Amino acid sequence: MKKVKADPKGVLTGAHYLDGDYAIAEGGLAAGCRFFGGYPITPSTETAEHFAGRIPKVGGIFIQMEDELASMASLIGAVWGGQKAMTVTSGPGFSLMMENIGLACMMEIPLVIANVQRGGPSTGLPTLTGQQDMMQAKWGSHGDYEIIALCPDSPQECFDLTIDAFNLSETYRVPVFVMTDECVGHMHEKVIIPPAEEIDVVERKWYTGPVGEYLPYKNDKDGIPFLARVGEGHRFHTTGLTHDERGYPVINAECQKVNVTHIIEKIRGNADKIIRIEENDTEGAEIVVISYGITSRVAVRAVQQAKKAGIKIGTLRLITAWPFPEKRIKQLAKKVKAFVFPEINYGQMVREVERASGNSCKVVSVPHCGGWVHDPQDILDAIKEAVK
Amino acid sequence: MKKVEKREPKNPMENILRMDRIPHIWCAGCGIGTVVTSFAEAIKKNKEDLDKLAVVSGIGCTGRVAGYVKLDSFHTTHGRAIPFATGLKLAKPDTKVVVFSGDGDLSGIGGNHLIHAARRNMDLLVICVNNFNYAMTGGQVASTTPLTANASTAPYGNYEYAFSLPYLAEAAGATYVARWTALHLRRVTKSIQEALNRKGFSFIEVITPCVTLYARRNRLGDGLNLLKYYYEQAEIIHGADTRTVDIDYQGKLIVGKFVEKDKPDYLTAMNNHFTNVLGDDYQLYGRINHEKD
Ligand SMILES: Cc1ncc(C[n+]2csc(CCOP(=O)(O)OP(=O)(O)O)c2C)c(N)n1
Ligand code: SF4
Ligand SMILES: [Mg+2]
Repeated sequence: MKKVKADPKGVLTGAHYLDGDYAIAEGGLAAGCRFFGGYPITPSTETAEHFAGRIPKVGGIFIQMEDELASMASLIGAVWGGQKAMTVTSGPGFSLMMENIGLACMMEIPLVIANVQRGGPSTGLPTLTGQQDMMQAKWGSHGDYEIIALCPDSPQECFDLTIDAFNLSETYRVPVFVMTDECVGHMHEKVIIPPAEEIDVVERKWYTGPVGEYLPYKNDKDGIPFLARVGEGHRFHTTGLTHDERGYPVINAECQKVNVTHIIEKIRGNADKIIRIEENDTEGAEIVVISYGITSRVAVRAVQQAKKAGIKIGTLRLITAWPFPEKRIKQLAKKVKAFVFPEINYGQMVREVERASGNSCKVVSVPHCGGWVHDPQDILDAIKEAVK
Repeated sequence: MKKVEKREPKNPMENILRMDRIPHIWCAGCGIGTVVTSFAEAIKKNKEDLDKLAVVSGIGCTGRVAGYVKLDSFHTTHGRAIPFATGLKLAKPDTKVVVFSGDGDLSGIGGNHLIHAARRNMDLLVICVNNFNYAMTGGQVASTTPLTANASTAPYGNYEYAFSLPYLAEAAGATYVARWTALHLRRVTKSIQEALNRKGFSFIEVITPCVTLYARRNRLGDGLNLLKYYYEQAEIIHGADTRTVDIDYQGKLIVGKFVEKDKPDYLTAMNNHFTNVLGDDYQLYGRINHEKD
């Protein structure tokens, strides 16, 4: 993995007052993204609009494609063309992207997809918040694969984590999701964009071997194959079919095993390096509130009140939702009385907590169907119930 | 010193085909190989830089073309070859990008992308092998199946109206449109040469027999027969009004170069526009495309 400093052309250094959507666009530009293929959808559209306004002065492409199927396909093409590429969407568009997300996983394509979540299913609540696509991010395309998903809880984190998303995608040759939501996307806060020389950018793992000998799926020492781009004389082939090191189709169970194991294990095997969580007061806590995105900010209030009421309580915020920090949850499960998990869905990520904690402790889901954030009182009630 | 033996390629296609992937999967008598031969011939005649030429395919029997050409070649998802190619082209404008796919892939599931890429005058050459059916999946009815023709999902004959692809492409904005039958080898070759020498959205439809499914189900004889039949049914009318080139079942086929016009392609239009409105603030993109048309 080669780190370089960000290209100053894309970095809008300074203190700004931005909403999360704009911050995602700035994060992408700072990370070196020079191709954006998108399709408008509330509440994510401002990211596309902002990128469209900025890119002609930075040097790159913004193209509004005809639909989200096209957006995703264009991104994969753009990466094979040598660019860093991103898109942004929300529920309905996310659903349309799924088939080509699978292609990106199979072709091992680094790219970034931000999902500014709204209430679903279907058209649902276009203008109101939700966290209901968390499982879709993990399982939405067919077949077995792994991705990485990050969950910013502020415009500042929208900026920071979009850069991290690009860096992770280049490191592991994998699509990375920035799973935010309408509240964070439309919330205006101070965003500090550092000078370019303070931003680390992971450079693409370019193939530098002899021309014509490029094998797009031959793993390097670190288990990640090199990337080349079109038009440089390698005359390589790549496919969504099960394939060998040359990228040639091989239709049998043995090759399938190699492919599937590889795209899963390159993430699972590096999970400890990828996973990021933020813990507060978990040492000695009897209750730990787990949350992510906007909900972690809402939960603060309930946690403060619980503390006042004398409950030994800590918090764990998922910065990476996928891969899920199951090891840490397993450890904590042995020490706490209960996990309390509010999220703006009918109970999605909480299943992972249940799975990881086995029968070691209680796991209390605090669901919310979307449209608004939790009432902190509901979280507090759940905490009080759990501690009994 | 080791003597370097100059070896003539055994097969004239050796430079262009992935010989390590031959034999191919196509049925004996399938017309797709004929179209690939014309394509190979065109790049040879044009002396195309093989390092700067890419092929993108969707899914289908024709979609397998990407797997057999010894170029940068991309086998993508069903219907999405054109948007994939759009990203590829825009990211690396000095590469010529050819989309090689089937009628179902390009005009059925991928129809929306076809019209939008044409509308944008994206600098792509689309070669559409029209065998009047979804061959790969067993001969189902397609958006191109002529009225009354039989297909596995139209077992009593087709009653849906078909697309006339040249008309569709032209109406959407394609700046080069031609149609041939697969046996018009030299004509197909020439059209591909012309399209590769220009910038903008070019669409070449090649009427091609699917011997195993369409031909058998409709009792149209073997591949060679049908190849000849299409050829004989063809009437060349260059510049024909594309509104008049509908295809009737086993009827007359109007072929030729229908459309060829100059119009700035997508990147040229983008660069010209931004230069006009933004002046020095504009970061010129992909220099090569900036020559004024
Ligand atoms: C999303 C999706 N739907 C359906 C299929 C199944 N499928 C594969 S090829 C094909 C039809 C191809 O027809 P055409 O593009 O005309 O190519 P041909 O085989 O006739 O050359 C279909 C429906 C698929 N691969 N993906
Ligand atoms: S099924 Fe038809 S189109 Fe496909 S390879 Fe056979 S003859 Fe060709
Ligand atoms: Mg077909």
